[in-house]
Amino acid sequence: MTSQPTAMARILSLALTAFIMMIAAVSFPFLTLDAGGLHNATSVIDAVLAFNDGLAIPLAVAVAFFIMVIPLIRLAALIYALGPLVREAPARPGARKAFGLAERLRPWSMAEIFIVGVTVALIKVAGLAAVTIGPAFWAFAGVVIITVLKDQLICRYSIWEALDQSAG
Amino acid sequence: MQVFDLGSTGPISGLITAREAGLVACQRCGQVHKRDAVYCKRCEGALQSRDTESLQKVWAWLIAGMIAYIPANVYPMLLTSTLVERSESTIIGGVWELIHHGSIGIAIIVFVASVMIPMGKFVAIIYLAVTVQQRSGAHQHGRHKAYEIVEFIGRWSMIDVFVVAILSALVQLNTIATINPGIAAVSFALSVIFTMLSAQSFDARLIWDADRTAG
Repeated sequence: MTSQPTAMARILSLALTAFIMMIAAVSFPFLTLDAGGLHNATSVIDAVLAFNDGLAIPLAVAVAFFIMVIPLIRLAALIYALGPLVREAPARPGARKAFGLAERLRPWSMAEIFIVGVTVALIKVAGLAAVTIGPAFWAFAGVVIITVLKDQLICRYSIWEALDQSAG
Repeated sequence: MQVFDLGSTGPISGLITAREAGLVACQRCGQVHKRDAVYCKRCEGALQSRDTESLQKVWAWLIAGMIAYIPANVYPMLLTSTLVERSESTIIGGVWELIHHGSIGIAIIVFVASVMIPMGKFVAIIYLAVTVQQRSGAHQHGRHKAYEIVEFIGRWSMIDVFVVAILSALVQLNTIATINPGIAAVSFALSVIFTMLSAQSFDARLIWDADRTAG
């Protein structure tokens, strides 16, 4: 078994990596479509804005939260809560609240589901036009894999205990 | 203080619940407190030995989810217009299209995510809620597992909503082809969210209270 600070350091580094890749995934072009001389580049934000008319606007907000905002909040909260524990320093104020929030938001973070949805969409348009996969697609796929690895490493009871001992 | 022999592996009836031991465990962080504690001293969450309103919330969210699932299937999910035609496709229509394209595997993924998982969830949650109401003591382990599966798998229904989002963002080629989201995408997303909330409101500890005095 790895010692606790080592495990914490791994979780923290994975969370930082995922956070940075997520920002790349949001800002670079995600997919590009070419058909009959017309060209359309799409970013993750465009996918959110697809629901931009009338009744669907709340859905745009919800999708934005599910695939970008909530994953980023979870990562940020985790980095905030675990950062000092790696250095074996006392926990930051509100570290427990932050970790509790990251745990509670877990079911609502749907980045991995989004990637499967993208795959399905790719197959649906494959016959219609030429689709080019942009750098953001790979960044997003990376975020998903790293998030899975990170969640595998997290033992929430030992983190609660560590937060307890560092008396934040 | 009484000491309980927690190591004995007898029949299920020999188990001792935290409640019987005069304790209450925090559902978020696992910290154990005395029965009368109201807030968890570790994670500051609210403590409840049993969520007495659990079933009310489960039924309310579940019914909302089932109602939202009807328009999700009746109205179109995608509005496609190309040079030659305009078409609308519902959830089932989309699955048929994929089968005609020859993408059987993807058709199965979409069918499982948008039809089988939501339907299975409705049935599973109804079963869990009804058996708890009847104080049934049968298949407690099985029911607890069923609950965990429902909680884990429910979010995957969102696939179809994301497919619609990506397709409508990507396929915007003026006159040649455009795809726009239909109103069913909204009600389908609502249905998934409501059933997720329903599953989260279910207090799994009630399953184990069948032959005990719950309150």
